[in-house]
Amino acid sequence: MTPHPAALTVTGLGHTTADGTSLIRDVDLDAVPGETVGLVGPNGSGKTTLLRCIYGTLRPTAGSISIDGTDSFALTVKERARRVAVVPQDAPGAFGLTVAEVVAMGRSPHKRFWEQDTKDDTRRVTEALTRVGSADLAHRPFEQLSGGERQRALVARALVQEPGLLALDEPTNHLDIRHQLELLSLLRTLPATKLVVLHDLNLAASYCDRLHVLDAGRVVASGPPADVITEELLDSVYGVRARIGTHPTTSAPHIVYIPPETER
Amino acid sequence: MSTRIRSFPLLVAALSLAVGAAAVAGLAIGAVRIPPGQVVGILFSGEHTGAFASIVWDVRMPRVILAVVVGAGLAVAGTVLQAVVRNPLADPYLLGASSGASLGAVLVIVLGVGAGTASTVALPVAAFLGSMGALVVVYALARRGGIMTAGRLVLAGVAVQYILAAFTSLVLVLSAKAEHARAIMFWTLGGLGGARWDQLALPAIVLTLGTVLLVALARPLDLLLAGEESAQVLGLDTNRFRAAVFVLTSLVIGVLVAYSGAIGFVGLMVPHVARMITGAGHRRLLPVAALGGAVFLLLADLVARTVAAPQEIPVGVVTALTGGPYFLWLLRRHTRTEGLMA
Repeated sequence: MTPHPAALTVTGLGHTTADGTSLIRDVDLDAVPGETVGLVGPNGSGKTTLLRCIYGTLRPTAGSISIDGTDSFALTVKERARRVAVVPQDAPGAFGLTVAEVVAMGRSPHKRFWEQDTKDDTRRVTEALTRVGSADLAHRPFEQLSGGERQRALVARALVQEPGLLALDEPTNHLDIRHQLELLSLLRTLPATKLVVLHDLNLAASYCDRLHVLDAGRVVASGPPADVITEELLDSVYGVRARIGTHPTTSAPHIVYIPPETER
Repeated sequence: MSTRIRSFPLLVAALSLAVGAAAVAGLAIGAVRIPPGQVVGILFSGEHTGAFASIVWDVRMPRVILAVVVGAGLAVAGTVLQAVVRNPLADPYLLGASSGASLGAVLVIVLGVGAGTASTVALPVAAFLGSMGALVVVYALARRGGIMTAGRLVLAGVAVQYILAAFTSLVLVLSAKAEHARAIMFWTLGGLGGARWDQLALPAIVLTLGTVLLVALARPLDLLLAGEESAQVLGLDTNRFRAAVFVLTSLVIGVLVAYSGAIGFVGLMVPHVARMITGAGHRRLLPVAALGGAVFLLLADLVARTVAAPQEIPVGVVTALTGGPYFLWLLRRHTRTEGLMA
């Protein structure tokens, strides 16, 4: 099965918890094949909830999600895993599994449960680890890795899964700046559609084709970074003052924040 | 985990030899000592006449086979339970499954359900149901609110185990059957003394099929180690799979307990040591744990038979005296390094 970037369409999506709290509502969102789409918004705005609905571990209470025209919840868990891979914020290690063993788990949706890993699978695991710059970690126990090393191993796991859609929840969280830039550059080269939650708006503006801004569970702005990132939006959504210029080399919008105590 | 042994065939061969050696020791040592060389001679010649041959084949062999089957089965069940609850402190005995099985078996005996041949079916079935009931209750108690901590799991397991064991004792005392103390000891601490040739087939078949099936399910068992959400996004329907594994594990535990009583700590200690030797991947771990469990219980039973001879002590006392301190050490280590009791 050759991977091909998937089209994602989310329509009128809502999730209300059992006790009646509405976490997200009326969310419309789309990604065309191969695009890198950023999901930004303040803490508690519903980014992770939205992402979990899209990768299927949380069932929305309203609306629909379609991947390449197929209703996501009509797929079995395994069928969905062949189309959508996830890089979680963090994952527990357990019982001394090695990095290579954790990465090899990404081959599971392509296999029968009783099938063994082949030489080809091993080669893919090595390739993926090399691609994220972690080839030397293959035989280390996963739980002994630093946060950043874990994150890159989890990206490698998602790579061997060969998904059409790759969902990432703050993948740059534990990384130093060099690894942040390397990871996001790597993401852009992958043959998949990418949906990525990011906190750093400058990185989001530089690396994403389009952004969706979430605020209190709703999408309040969508479009190319240059259209979405405005001083008004930063004020209304985040409650911060900022000046927006242009990045000298990439010409993406570049935000300079103004500390609250400074005069205008 | 630097002690990991890379050559899996070599490890399996070495452990198989160890099972053989422990079995020969079990056949040789007892009230009548038979030189090991003679035991091997009797085994290979198939000789059935003579006093030594009779002791080897008729008296000690069924017990040795039962020890192999029960030891291997408890270790496999423990390994799988630890993966399912993602917790190295799980064990068929500590999670109440063995006590549940004992209670089920005792109820069948006392109520006289299906006397005669029917009891050979009713006994394991009741033990299986008791074991599964206990596991489901402990799991539900430990997971209330969606979060399961080691502390809650162990507390729920120990409480349920005690309650079930108390019921077992109560039922036995209230029943009109003679020899209460002996029966209570057998069902709560276990014993391999009741082994008989005509009762070995069922446990052996269930152990073999259960282990083969679980080795075939090595991949999804590995996925469970990655955590609930990760396992799902990697294509595993965790709820269905966990339910299936609970049923399968309860079946193994129930059938074993029906013939050996509730023997503790084999399923806790053996998987943990096996993991240190061979790593956490279940395709290798399960066979290694099974062989290790067989060796451990063979040796424990040997101690139980000989240490206070001619008096025999329950084998569960020996496994608890070895496994209990190990459990405490494990608990202390995990509380410190991973905050599991939080």
